[in-house]
Amino acid sequence: MAAGQARAPAARRPAALAGGRRIPRGLHPVAWWIWALALAVAASRTTNPLLLLLILAVLALVVALRRGAAPWARGYRFYLAMALTVIVVRVLFRIVFESGTTPGDQILFRLPSIPAPSWYAGVQIGGPVSLQAVLSAVLDGTRLACLLCCVGAANTLANPKRALRVLPGALYELGVAVTVALSVAPQLIDSAQRIRRGQRLRGTERRGLRALRATAIPVLHDALERSLRLAAAMDSRGYGRTGSATRASRRMTAALLLAGLSGLCLGAYGLLDSSTPAALAIGGFAAGGAACAAGLFLGGRRVSRSHYRPDPWGWPEWAVSAAGLASAAGLCVTVGYNPAAVNPSLYPLQWPSLPLVPAAAILVAAFAAVLAPPPPAAEHAARRAHPASGAVAGAPR
Amino acid sequence: MIRFDQVSLSYDQSPRPVLRAVSLRIEEGELCLVIGHTGSGKSTLLGAINGLVPHFTGGTLTGRVVVDGRDTAQFKPREFADVVGVVGQDPMAGFVTDTVEEELAYTMEQLAIEPAAMRTRLEETLDLLGIADLRRRALHTLSGGQQQRVAIGAALTAQPRVLVLDEPTSALDPTSAEDVLAAITRLVHDLGVTVVLAEHRLERVVPYADRVVYLTGDGTVEDGSPAAVLGRAQVRPPVVELGKLAGWEPLPLSVRDARRLAPRLRQRLPDIPPCPARPARPAPAGPPALTARDIVVRFGPVIAVRGVSLTLRAGECAALMGRNGSGKSSLLWALQGTGSRASGSVSVAAADPARLPPGQARRLVGLVPQTPADLLYLETVAAELAQADREAGQGPGSRPAREILDQIAPGIAAGVHPRDLSAGQQLALVLAIQLTAAPAVILLDEPTRGLDYQAKASLTRALDELAARGHAVVVATHDVEFVTRACDRVVVMAEGEVVTDGPATTVLTASPTFAPQIAKILAPLPYLTEVQVAAALAGQSAC
Repeated sequence: MAAGQARAPAARRPAALAGGRRIPRGLHPVAWWIWALALAVAASRTTNPLLLLLILAVLALVVALRRGAAPWARGYRFYLAMALTVIVVRVLFRIVFESGTTPGDQILFRLPSIPAPSWYAGVQIGGPVSLQAVLSAVLDGTRLACLLCCVGAANTLANPKRALRVLPGALYELGVAVTVALSVAPQLIDSAQRIRRGQRLRGTERRGLRALRATAIPVLHDALERSLRLAAAMDSRGYGRTGSATRASRRMTAALLLAGLSGLCLGAYGLLDSSTPAALAIGGFAAGGAACAAGLFLGGRRVSRSHYRPDPWGWPEWAVSAAGLASAAGLCVTVGYNPAAVNPSLYPLQWPSLPLVPAAAILVAAFAAVLAPPPPAAEHAARRAHPASGAVAGAPR
Repeated sequence: MIRFDQVSLSYDQSPRPVLRAVSLRIEEGELCLVIGHTGSGKSTLLGAINGLVPHFTGGTLTGRVVVDGRDTAQFKPREFADVVGVVGQDPMAGFVTDTVEEELAYTMEQLAIEPAAMRTRLEETLDLLGIADLRRRALHTLSGGQQQRVAIGAALTAQPRVLVLDEPTSALDPTSAEDVLAAITRLVHDLGVTVVLAEHRLERVVPYADRVVYLTGDGTVEDGSPAAVLGRAQVRPPVVELGKLAGWEPLPLSVRDARRLAPRLRQRLPDIPPCPARPARPAPAGPPALTARDIVVRFGPVIAVRGVSLTLRAGECAALMGRNGSGKSSLLWALQGTGSRASGSVSVAAADPARLPPGQARRLVGLVPQTPADLLYLETVAAELAQADREAGQGPGSRPAREILDQIAPGIAAGVHPRDLSAGQQLALVLAIQLTAAPAVILLDEPTRGLDYQAKASLTRALDELAARGHAVVVATHDVEFVTRACDRVVVMAEGEVVTDGPATTVLTASPTFAPQIAKILAPLPYLTEVQVAAALAGQSAC
């Protein structure tokens, strides 16, 4: 993906496409997640390489046009690299581990076969490699890659920290813990580097357990001290003000959540175990879900907290979510096309056809690129134009 | 606004109480300065204001602390969030979020303030502290002074009636410290916020204080007007020392006050001080201890040190000064050989420390880093000293670490955990460890951070001793008063280059920003310390 070159025109092109100048703002993170997960559902329904490539193209287009300039928004290329790795690994495994051939297969080449020991008879290494096996590995891999890219696109387009803020009030503490952990990790690396440098001043160049101890103990001391200071700061800044919760309501919340989780577990077990009646499984699922929701609602009600600049949910959010859901529906509801076209057979081997209705459904998702408002790029550009004095002060000392 | 009624506080492990029967009243809109030696209980007193002591730290508190009509015995610190704003010594450690705007909004979110009100308050706070241009910046990219102002802003958005600051300027260079103090005084004067502030560097803050609370060290406090308390206190800035010497009444608190009283004193003083600010030493002979040529240090695109050449002689104590980020630390690390060096050469006893393994490099050049505790990893002081002796081996001129430590800072018990030592004691321990290798050159990076006047005086003595033994000493510091007393030579850096390099007396009196308080008051007379003034007034011809 062209990571660098897409950014500059991104500010102008969407305005032209949308037919007017729209005020740049970030789309609600939940809208992006709905859109991306819906596309992932669509991708999971097909092995048609043309449709999968179309989904990848849609993702790339939307990411290129609608991502911001923040650090997390530059991560899409890593997801792409990961997706490519998935495909390669999948194909390599299929080549190395013999999977059996059918008479119709076209054999590409043969690897020397290594007989596995008798206690490990299920897997055989080497043997004939057929074109069909390789192709099916490529298609499978591409589908997985597509799912990965959907998640990557959501992470690139939506600010992950703002996404955490959408958690229900009862789970707020969890969100804070994740945020703090994310900011502490780089600080830990920092202090480890500083201490290693300090140890060298003392002339310790030993390797092994003693050297590890010489670094690890000051780092741990540092981390502990810092977390104590952070806890004190959070306490004096009002974190965890209980508000008006009574003991009874707190107990009620805990009881509801526990019951809900048990219900969900029961339901999951029922769904996986075919001998359990479906009614019990679905009933357990539904009851558990309801209890959890009630618990979260009750728990959230006692939390009195407000949000600075809450993300608005306006028509662009509705439209983007709808565009994603439309493409998922297009591939789930097999109306107007032959279901076989979505999952083409490799016997006989032939060039896959592009079914029109699913292709159109996927293209609907691409409208997210114009339906979403442009990202607030101007501010970030302005920020980059003023390299702060802090950048120099923050350089390694 | 804040009332302490017979407050005593003791921690479980320690035999004597930290605070003993403290009674205090701090009125609304006052700027109250808390002073005292390290370990006299300043942080404890500040923490008691919003109940962090003892709710968070443990310990037993008797008596009553009442803030804005609320007793800390009945409310937890979090319930005081809307009354008391707290800013710690290291702002970065207290940040919960990672951008300026979110950090400022955090307390308001916890207090469930309406989004609309939040927006207006946040904008007002940004303007009040002059940080509007930083609003979208990530917190870790800010400089120390900016971080400190953001931390103050984050406490202010909740519109507290009281602001508590624990050494807000101790890690800052003079300019950033001025920015922060200006912001604080503006809060007191424009908004009538009650500010309680602890600080070691009294010369910076005393002029702004309405009331001074002095922790005597035995758990009791004295409080009153700044002039009255500082007249009796053990810790006082040079301007007050001079005022006492000259017998001025009331005692001056700022350079301006003193300057207005000074004309008569200047007439009484001889034009040339009877003795130099520091005892003169015979000019060291022989080859230089360290020769550095055209040192360049770069971190990616940032050039930290650009072409610095420096010669250090045995027996000399040099100060390295300059604002934060001017390349002082990078230069020290490059001289020691552990830090990176893009080009240039360093030669100590005909060897380049960067080309030697760490164990040998430290025999040539020793460095005490900014956070000395990084070098400590054992459980007791005794174990650290024994380890230091093992690491150093038995070279010529090497002494046991315990002997060195007792000389620098006598009376540090062997069984104490190094992390429980005070900042000054930790510094002494690490300095002793580094000295066991008997390096010809010893470098100290910001050793005066967080030290009180007493600890600085003992550091000065230790450095004098080192110089007398023939070590070359370099100290990177912001502290002009310390340099006046401890250093013979001053090197000023800016933007990675050496701007000035000369004898301390000349450099320190040449520019008003770098001048110590006494020089500012008595200019054009070349007096730097109150010792010189005392000698002159006593009619001595030498010190």
